[in-house]
Amino acid sequence: MFDDRRRKWLDGIAWTAGAVVLAMLVDTAVAESHRFPVDNASYQSECGSCHVAYPPAMLGAGTWQGIMRGLDRHFGTDASLGDPARARVEAYLEAGAGPARREVATLRISDSSWFRKEHDEIGAATWRSAAVKSPANCGACHRQADRGDFGERNLRVPGGSLR
Amino acid sequence: MRKTPIRTCTQSALVVLLIFAGAAGAEVPADYLRSLDAAARADTTGFAGFSAARGATWFASRHGTDWSCTTCHTDSPLATGRHATTGRSIAPLAPAANPERLTDAAKIEKWFRRNCNDVLGRACTPAEKGDVIAYLTSLKR
Repeated sequence: MFDDRRRKWLDGIAWTAGAVVLAMLVDTAVAESHRFPVDNASYQSECGSCHVAYPPAMLGAGTWQGIMRGLDRHFGTDASLGDPARARVEAYLEAGAGPARREVATLRISDSSWFRKEHDEIGAATWRSAAVKSPANCGACHRQADRGDFGERNLRVPGGSLR
Repeated sequence: MRKTPIRTCTQSALVVLLIFAGAAGAEVPADYLRSLDAAARADTTGFAGFSAARGATWFASRHGTDWSCTTCHTDSPLATGRHATTGRSIAPLAPAANPERLTDAAKIEKWFRRNCNDVLGRACTPAEKGDVIAYLTSLKR
C-alpha cells in the first residue's frame, strides 16, 4: 500500500520533471533556430507596413498589451487601429507572446536582455550607418526578417563587418 | 439652397471626372470621393472642387511639424519611399506606379488619420484629402 502510493508520487515527479525539461528544450530550440513564423494577415498588413512584423515571441504578453494601449503615440507616430483589425492583432500577439522573461518596461524589443545579448558584437558605427539607421530596421541585416527568419545564413551586416 | 437636378448632375460629373482624371486604372471608390466632396462643400462656401495643383503644393509643404508627406514618401509619389524612423521601404503612393493604392476607402481613411496626425498634428480636412487624392491620381509614369 505504502509502496504503491510512493511509486505514484515518484511517477508524478518524473513526469513533471520530464515535461519541464522538454518545455525548456523546445523553448531553446525555437530560440536558437532563429525562425519565428509570422503568419497572420492582419498583423502583417497593420503593423508590417511601417516596420518588420516583429515576431510575437520576441516580447512578453504584458509588453504587447502596453504597446497596444498606446498605439496613438507609438514611438513618435500615430499607429492607431480601428476595430476589427485591432482585436485581431491583439489576439494574435497574445497567443504568440514570449515568456515572462521577455517583458520590457520601455516596450522596446531592442531594450530587452535577449536582444542586447544577441547583438553585443554590433558596434555603434554599424547601428548609426545610413543602411541601418535604427535597431528597428531588422531587414538591414536580417535579409529574411520579413519572413520571420533571423538565422545566420541570411545575415549580412552592411559594410561586411560586425564592428 | 435646394439641390436642382442640374446641380446634382454637375456634381456627379465632377466626381466621375475626378475618378478618371489622370492615371488609367486608378479606382478611388466613387462613394468615398462623393462623401469627401460633399463634406468639403459643407465646410467651405464656394468650394469649387478638388485641385491636383493644390494637392501637389500641400504634399510637399510642412504643416507645423518637422515632417511633410515627402519626408517618407519622397518628392515623387511615383517612387518608393522610406519610413523616417524605421527605415522600412514604402511602396509608391501614386496609383500609376502602384495600382493597389487608393482602392480601399477604409485604408485611405486609416492612413489619413495616422499620417495627418503625425505631419499636421491634427486631422486633415476633407478638402485637403480630396486635393491630395486628385494630385496622386493625376500623376503618370
